[in-house]
Amino acid sequence: MDHANSLEQGFAGGGVPGAGESVLEINGLKTHFFTPDGVVRAVDGVSCEVRRGETLGVVGESGCGKSVTALSILRLVADPPGRIVGGSIRFEGRDLLAASEAEMEALRGNDISMIFQEPMTSLNPLYTVGRQIGEAIALHQGASKREAMEQAVEFLRRVHIPEPERRAHSYPHHLSGGMRQRVMIAMALCCNPKVLIADEPTTALDVTIQAQILELMREMQGSYGQAIVLITHDMGVVAENADRVVVMYAGRKVEEAEVDELFDRPGHPYTKGLLGAIPSLEVAATAGPGRGRLNEIEGMVPSLANLPPGCTFAPRCGYATDDCRNAYPPHREHRPGHWVACWHADRLLGEEG
Amino acid sequence: MNPVVGTALAAGESLPVLEVRGLRKFFPIRQGIFSRVTGQVRAVDGVSFHIGRGETLGLVGESGCGKSTVGRTVLKLLEPTEGRISVHGEDITDLDPIRMMPFRQRMQMIFQDPYASLNPRMSAGAIVGEPMLIHELAGRGEREERVEALFERVGLGRRHMNSYPHEFSGGQRQRIGIARALALNPELIVGDEPVSALDVSIQAQIINLLMDLQDELKLSFLFVAHDLAVVEHISHRVAVMYLGRIVEVTDKASLFETALHPYTEALLSAVPVPKARARGRRRVILSGDVPSPINPPTGCHFHTRCPYSMARCRTDAPELREVHPGHWTACHLHDDGVRFPLASPAAA
Repeated sequence: MDHANSLEQGFAGGGVPGAGESVLEINGLKTHFFTPDGVVRAVDGVSCEVRRGETLGVVGESGCGKSVTALSILRLVADPPGRIVGGSIRFEGRDLLAASEAEMEALRGNDISMIFQEPMTSLNPLYTVGRQIGEAIALHQGASKREAMEQAVEFLRRVHIPEPERRAHSYPHHLSGGMRQRVMIAMALCCNPKVLIADEPTTALDVTIQAQILELMREMQGSYGQAIVLITHDMGVVAENADRVVVMYAGRKVEEAEVDELFDRPGHPYTKGLLGAIPSLEVAATAGPGRGRLNEIEGMVPSLANLPPGCTFAPRCGYATDDCRNAYPPHREHRPGHWVACWHADRLLGEEG
Repeated sequence: MNPVVGTALAAGESLPVLEVRGLRKFFPIRQGIFSRVTGQVRAVDGVSFHIGRGETLGLVGESGCGKSTVGRTVLKLLEPTEGRISVHGEDITDLDPIRMMPFRQRMQMIFQDPYASLNPRMSAGAIVGEPMLIHELAGRGEREERVEALFERVGLGRRHMNSYPHEFSGGQRQRIGIARALALNPELIVGDEPVSALDVSIQAQIINLLMDLQDELKLSFLFVAHDLAVVEHISHRVAVMYLGRIVEVTDKASLFETALHPYTEALLSAVPVPKARARGRRRVILSGDVPSPINPPTGCHFHTRCPYSMARCRTDAPELREVHPGHWTACHLHDDGVRFPLASPAAA
C-alpha cells in the first residue's frame, strides 16, 4: 500500500487497512426499465470504483440514475420493469451479477448495507426498533435472540440515542425523523459492513438535524472504517463529506474527481452549471442590496426513453458544437484522477486554471 | 403611528404593503367522543413584521416552526387567533369573506407542490384565467389576451395554454402557478416554499423569474422557505422563526455576517457549503430535536437546545428588540448590550 496516498485520503482513509484499494468496482453498468412507453435507460454505461474507507459522493438531479445505480449494486431493482442489461459489479473481486439470490441475501446488510431517504418507509412499523436491529444481527452473525437484543441496544448507544435500553422497545412512530435515521444507521452498521450506501440520507431532515446525522456518519466511519457511497442532490453535502465525487447526468457519469479538484475546476459544463445555479449564503449576503441572478441551465433534463443523439447534455449546453450533437464524448482522464466526458473538457479545465 | 418591527419607516414613505402585529394562531386538539378541546398547538405565538413595496421578506425556519401558518394566516386562509393584519394601513383581520374579496385581488399565493395545487381537470389556460373569472375582471376576449401575455411572461409560450397539468414538468407547473398568482395584478405574493420541490437547475430558473417579476412589477413578497441559502438569495430582509416566534429579523447581510441569535448562528453553521476545502469545517451542532409546539418550553423556546442558555432563559421569554439599528433579535444574551460573537464574554 502506498502510505503517502493513504494519508492523502485524509480523515476517512487514515488508519483503515488497505485504504485506497478498491472494494467495489462497477464497470459499464446498464440498468434499463422496459415500460409501455419504451425502454428507459436509467443507468446507461456507468463505471466507477469505491475504495476502502473512502466516501464517494454521487451527485445529480432527479432522474439522473444515481439511486438506480445504488439499487443495482444490491440487485434490488424491481424486475419487471427494470433489468440490469449490461456491465459488471465486483465486490472484493466477486461478480455480484453472477451471484445467486441466496448469496446476495447473505451479502446485503452484512457486507454492503444501505440507508434510504425516508426512514419511516424503510422501518417496519409493527416491530420495535430493537427487534429490527437485532434481526439483522441474528440473521448475519448467528447470535441468539437475547445477544442480538443486547447488541442492538449497544448500537443504539453508539449512534447517540438517549436512553437506548428504553428506546430499543419503541416503535418507529414514537421516534422523530432524526432519531429514525439514527436507528437506520445503527441497523446498517450493526454487521460492520465494508460498504455503506446512503441514498439521500438527510434529504427529509431539517438542516440542524442533517448536521447531526452527517456528523454521526463521519464519526462511525472514523470508528469502523467502512466505505460510504453518499448519494445526494446537494452539492454542499458532497463538498463537506465526500473524498471523491461522481457527477451523473441522464443515466451516465459525466465527471469524476477528488472533491476539492471538482469544486475548484469543474471540467464538465453540467457540473459548472450546477455549481453556478446554487444560491450561496456567502455570495447572497455580500452581493449588496441588489440580488445577483443565478446561473440558469436552459431547458430541462431529456426524457430517458428518448435521449438526444450525441452528448445528452448538448441541447442545454452553452459549449455545444456539431461534434457534441454527433457523438457521445469519451470519458477521459484530463488531469490526474480527474475524468470528464466532454469534447470541450480541456477548454473548461483551462478556463479555471 | 406605532413603531413597526423590522426597520423604522422613513418619514414620508408610504404605509407598508403588509403589516402584522402580535399574530397568534393556535390549533385546538380535540379528543374523545365529544371532541373536547384538550390542548392547543401554538403554531404561531406572537409574530410581528412588515413588508414594504417592492420588498421581499424571507421567513425561514425548520419544519413545524409555524412559517407556513404565518403565510396562510396573513392571507386569511386561516383565521388568526389573535393579532392584527393590515394591508396599506387598512385592518383586514376581522373582514368577512365578502369584504375580503377586494383584498384577495391584491394578495396572492404560490404553493410548494406544483402537483397538488393545480386542478388536473382544467387546462393550464383555464387555471390561469380562473382568478379573473371569479373576480369578474375581464370579458372572455380580454381574459384570453391577458392569459396569453401571462404565459409568455413566465416563459411558457401560448402553445401550452391548452395542455393539462400532467403534461408539464415540475418547473413548468410552478410557472403556471406563478402566472395564476399574477393574473389579478397583485401587490403582495406569499410564496410557501415555492422552489423547494424543484431540482437545482430548475430552481435557479424560477428564482430568477421571481426576482425579475418583482423588479418589473414592484411586487412585495413574503417568501417562506426552509432553505437558508435560497431565502438569503431572494430576500432583502430575513426573519428567522423558531417554535412559533420570530427570533431575529434583519437585512440579509447582517444576518449572515453578524447573527445575534444563537439559533440563527446554529442554522447558518449547519448549512453545507458547496465549495472546495469545506470538509472538517467547524460548526455549531445543536443537540436534540425541536420541542413540540403543543407544550413548548417555558421562557425562551430555544433554551433547551441553546449552547449559551442562562438561568434567565428558562423563565423569561425574551422580547424581540432592536438591538442595533434595523437588527431585531429576541435573546437575553444582549440584555446588557450587544454581544458579538455570541461566544465572547458579555460587553461591559
